[in-house]
Amino acid sequence: MKITVIDYGLSNLLSVQHAFRHFGAEVALVNTPEAVLAADALVLPGVGAFRDGMAGLARLGLIEAIQKKTAEGTPLLGICLGMQMLFDESEEFGTHRGLGLIPGRVVKIPDTDVDGAPQRVPHISWQPLYPAGGREDFSGTALAGVTPGQECYFIHSYEAKPAAEADRLAVTMYGGRPVCAAAMHGRVLGCQFHPEKSGPVGLSIIENYLKLCQA
Amino acid sequence: MKKKIRLIARLDVKDANLVKGIQLEGLRKLGDPNGFAREYYQQGIDELLYIDIVASLYNRNNLSDIVRKTVDEVYIPVCVGGGLRSVEDVRHILSMGADKVAINTAAIKRPELITEVAEAFGSQCMVLSIQAKRSRLWPGKWEAYYDNGRAHSGYDVIEWAKRGVALGAGEILLMSVDNEGLQRGMDLELIEAVTKAVNVPVICGGGVGCGDDIVDAAKAGADAVACAAVLHYKKETVPELKEEVLAGGVEVRRV
Repeated sequence: MKITVIDYGLSNLLSVQHAFRHFGAEVALVNTPEAVLAADALVLPGVGAFRDGMAGLARLGLIEAIQKKTAEGTPLLGICLGMQMLFDESEEFGTHRGLGLIPGRVVKIPDTDVDGAPQRVPHISWQPLYPAGGREDFSGTALAGVTPGQECYFIHSYEAKPAAEADRLAVTMYGGRPVCAAAMHGRVLGCQFHPEKSGPVGLSIIENYLKLCQA
Repeated sequence: MKKKIRLIARLDVKDANLVKGIQLEGLRKLGDPNGFAREYYQQGIDELLYIDIVASLYNRNNLSDIVRKTVDEVYIPVCVGGGLRSVEDVRHILSMGADKVAINTAAIKRPELITEVAEAFGSQCMVLSIQAKRSRLWPGKWEAYYDNGRAHSGYDVIEWAKRGVALGAGEILLMSVDNEGLQRGMDLELIEAVTKAVNVPVICGGGVGCGDDIVDAAKAGADAVACAAVLHYKKETVPELKEEVLAGGVEVRRV
C-alpha cells in the first residue's frame, strides 16, 4: 500500500512517515498537483497557523488537486492543522478559507472553562476519545482499535466545529466542554490529536486507516 | 475539575551520553540516551525532553542523530533544546523529528527569536526554557539563568515568562536550579508564581524524588512535570510514579 504524504513546507514529517512504514506501507512525500492526483491514499499533516498552511497549499497549486481526489473517493487523513484545513473556514488571524471537504468552521478554544475559571491555551494534553455523531463505539472506522476512554495527544489552540453532528466521529472534553477530536465525512478523516504521537493507541489508528485505504 | 498533568522524562545529553548532575553541576555519565528513551516510552511516559547541555557553550546542538534514532521507534512528542540560535537551527532539528524546541540562552540574548520561531512554526512549537534561581538581591523573587545555569541574565523570572508569552511562546519549561538533582521536592512557590502569571501550559522540573512531589507540583499549578534523576537512577518506574499521582488525586494518562 502506498501512502502519499503532502509536504507543504511545515513541521516534522518524519514521525508520520515512520508510523506508516511501521505497518509496511510505502510512503511518498509529495508537493506537486500531479503527485497528489496520482495518489491512492493521502495524508495531510501539519502544525502551525491555518493561514500559513492554506497559503502553502495554494502556493504549490495543491488545493484543487486535493479537492478533486477526495471528490473521486480517494481516502484522506488530515492531522492537527491538516484536520482543521479540511473545514470551510477558520477564524485564526482573521477569516481564512479552508479546503471545504467537511462542512464546518474552526474557532479559538475559549480561555476560560465552563465554570469561568481561566484555562490554558494552547491545549496540550493527553485526552480520552469518546464516540460522537450518534455512535456507540468506533467500529467500522479508523478508530476501531480505540476503546472509548483511551487517550491521545492533543496540541492545539483552535478547534473544529463540524456543521453536521454525524460528521463528528470522536469528542474529548476540555474545561468541561466537548471538543471535536476526530471528524469523518465519506472517506475524508480528520484527527485533531496526533495519532503518530499517541503511542500504541495512536498506532492502532494508523494501522486501521491503512486497512480502510486498502478496502 | 480534576487537574490533569503530563509526565515528561528529561534527558540531559553531553557528547552522546545521558548525564545527570546536582544543581546542574558534577555530571555523571549514565549511558546511551536512546536506550533510556525507549525504556521510558515502553513504560508509558507522556513526552520526552532532550537537552544538549553543553551546546550553548559551543553554539551548536549535537542531538540530531539521537533525535532521529528516537523517533524511529518512539511514538510520543519529543521536545529538544540546547544551543538553538536561529529559525534555521529550529527547522533543522524539527526535520530530524523533534516536535517542539526549548530555547533559553538564545532567547535571553535576542528575545525576538521567540517571535520568529513562533511565526515560522507556530506557538505550540516554541517552548521558552527558563532556569530559575532564587535571588539573593531580590527577596522572594527568582532570576533567570542561562548557559546551563552558569550565567545570570538580570531578568526577573515572572516578568520574563510573561514577556516570553507575549512574544509568542506557547509553553514554558520552568526549571528550578536550586532544587535540581536533589530529589527532595520542587520549588512550589516558583511553580505557583509562574503558573499564575501566564496562561500557557507550564512544564515544571527540578527536584522530583517521588510521586508525591509531582502531586504537590500539580496542585501548585504545574501542567506537566519533568522527571530525571528519579527515573534515570531507577528509583521508581513510570507506572509507579503514575500510580502515586493518581492516588494523590491528580489525573495523568493511564498506562
